[in-house]
Amino acid sequence: MTRLRAEDLTLAYDQATVAKGLSVDIPDGSFTVIIGPNACGKSTLLKALARMLKPQAGAVHLDGKAITSQRSKDVAKRLGLLPQSSTAPGGITVGDLVARGRYPHQSVLRQWSAEDEAVVAESMRLTGVAGLAERVVDELSGGQRQRVWLAMVLAQQTPILLLDEPTTFLDIAHQLEVLDLCADLHDDGEHTLVAVLHDLNQACRYATHLVVMRPGGVVAAQGEPSEIVTADLVEDVFGLSCRVIDDPETGTPMIVPAARTTRSESAAREGLEPRASQHHGPVAVHEDATL
Amino acid sequence: MTPPTTTDPEAPDATEPTTSGPRRAGSGPVTGRVVRAGGLSLRLAPRTLTVAVVVAVLLAAVMIVTLTAGEYSLTLGQVLASLAGRGDETGDFVVYTLMLPRLLVAVLVGAMLAVSGGILQTVTRNSLGSPDVIGFTSAAATGALVVITVLGGTMLQVSLGALVGGIVAALLIYVLAYHRGVSGLRFVLMGIGINALAVAANSFLITRASLHDALTAQAWLVGSVNSRGWEHVVAAAVTLAVLLPVALSRTRSLSMMELGDDTASALGVRTGRDRTVLIGVSVLLAAFAVAAAGPITFVALAAPQLTRRLTRASAPGLVTTALVGALLLATGDLLVQQLFPAAQLPVGTATGCVGGLYLIWLLASEWRGKGRYA
Repeated sequence: MTRLRAEDLTLAYDQATVAKGLSVDIPDGSFTVIIGPNACGKSTLLKALARMLKPQAGAVHLDGKAITSQRSKDVAKRLGLLPQSSTAPGGITVGDLVARGRYPHQSVLRQWSAEDEAVVAESMRLTGVAGLAERVVDELSGGQRQRVWLAMVLAQQTPILLLDEPTTFLDIAHQLEVLDLCADLHDDGEHTLVAVLHDLNQACRYATHLVVMRPGGVVAAQGEPSEIVTADLVEDVFGLSCRVIDDPETGTPMIVPAARTTRSESAAREGLEPRASQHHGPVAVHEDATL
Repeated sequence: MTPPTTTDPEAPDATEPTTSGPRRAGSGPVTGRVVRAGGLSLRLAPRTLTVAVVVAVLLAAVMIVTLTAGEYSLTLGQVLASLAGRGDETGDFVVYTLMLPRLLVAVLVGAMLAVSGGILQTVTRNSLGSPDVIGFTSAAATGALVVITVLGGTMLQVSLGALVGGIVAALLIYVLAYHRGVSGLRFVLMGIGINALAVAANSFLITRASLHDALTAQAWLVGSVNSRGWEHVVAAAVTLAVLLPVALSRTRSLSMMELGDDTASALGVRTGRDRTVLIGVSVLLAAFAVAAAGPITFVALAAPQLTRRLTRASAPGLVTTALVGALLLATGDLLVQQLFPAAQLPVGTATGCVGGLYLIWLLASEWRGKGRYA
């Protein structure tokens, strides 16, 4: 039984349908990463999982009940979201911002309990921003700010965390820092994480469960990265001919794009434009598809 | 793996995780003070409290000065005696009939406009999201002008006209700006368009009116608290007494909405419902304020901004904002009475003047990158 699952979703913005009949189970205790080419609907799926977008058909179930039929604050105690971009109110301090994560646990007469204080302090310690408590958020660097937002989501104390491209706008070191933090949270055994990522190699490294989507909101494959990631799959979904090797550091799949000349040759062999093989084109490069 | 945390050139010293940051007693990592008793806990902001008290004292002072320094030059003793119910006939007449209604209307309308602006600026997350910029007040004026110039109604009907005008404008903006929810910027831009239309309609109505109506309308359009009576005071007081608690009951969601809709919803705020309630309160406050005193500019725009800068709080303090608005308008009215005693200058000219300068300063400072409050 999975706590969070999407069943037969039809997702659309106004008239533009992003996905139809999309079903995904998020395994409990997993670090699930959703990847796919631009505009394949991965962020839209995450929005639906976080009840930010109401599906036109189908439903997202949390603990067996449709998420949209549950009280907003009750959901917020079990499911947290770090949106792609958030704005800090002008002049707010780090401590005050992280404290806002306690909102679902608070009320007019219970504005700041000892528990709130302990949880906020612990969240800030975990994310390494405790020393910044009195700094103004606007003045922080991008990497610090992202950790502050993470601390806020952690302070919400939800067993399930959804992260929409948490590494965008960060340099490589800070990207890994954020992902390490997520991995730590996953390793403590109390959190289920769902993240949308762009970098395939990072996804393979950190995910325990990978959901690969293709345009049209279709799940092309899902499972453990080492079991599902093949050159065929990458070619099929991203239209990129590549080799998949073992990551020398972690042993997880690592995608190495084919050289430019090879890629244009393979496209020429098929008589196709290089980008046109994106969706369901026949797979041209087979020799390295072993894993 | 642990990436080096000192690669950030912007703040290399602060990226090291540390738990030994400076703390204020009793509140942990958050600002302000915390009071706990049993299962209850409250967060207090001492600075906000101080600002509120200081502003309230200033407001009381301005009110006393207004009552004593009028053209009837009562002494402080006479005024206090009248207020305490032990005054002579002249004192009572001057205080209760001539001075106090005008003063109280200024105070109440100032508070209403300020709260209206404070709510709207927070909901739209834009310092220009103020009822006098996005057309609530101009459209309320249109409604009133239609009654004055076309229908020739009574004061009560003029007020109703203002109310209808304001609400219609708000609905129009809401519907036109609606696209997968209401974004603050779209709301403000659409509102500026509606404002332009309403201002044009107002000019048109005046050109079509008879000379007498046009004069009445023009005087009313500037926004004034001259010769207001107790009926205005009561109407404004009742409005504020009903709507302010509604707004206050939503302040916690209001301050969460500052984080953006997605974050606020994810934290359990019912953003759609609460925003509708808050915008409704804002429109009604602005419309009733216009009904009582005409479209006074600047107070709704400036009071919330001034309050934020004074309290340095991250959350919008609506009560403090109300006090600041009351102080602004009462002071403005005192100044026009004192500086131009013969002219019977409407307070709207003073606030309009100061408002223009303030707006220029606000925009200029935001363009220079200091716009934390945008």
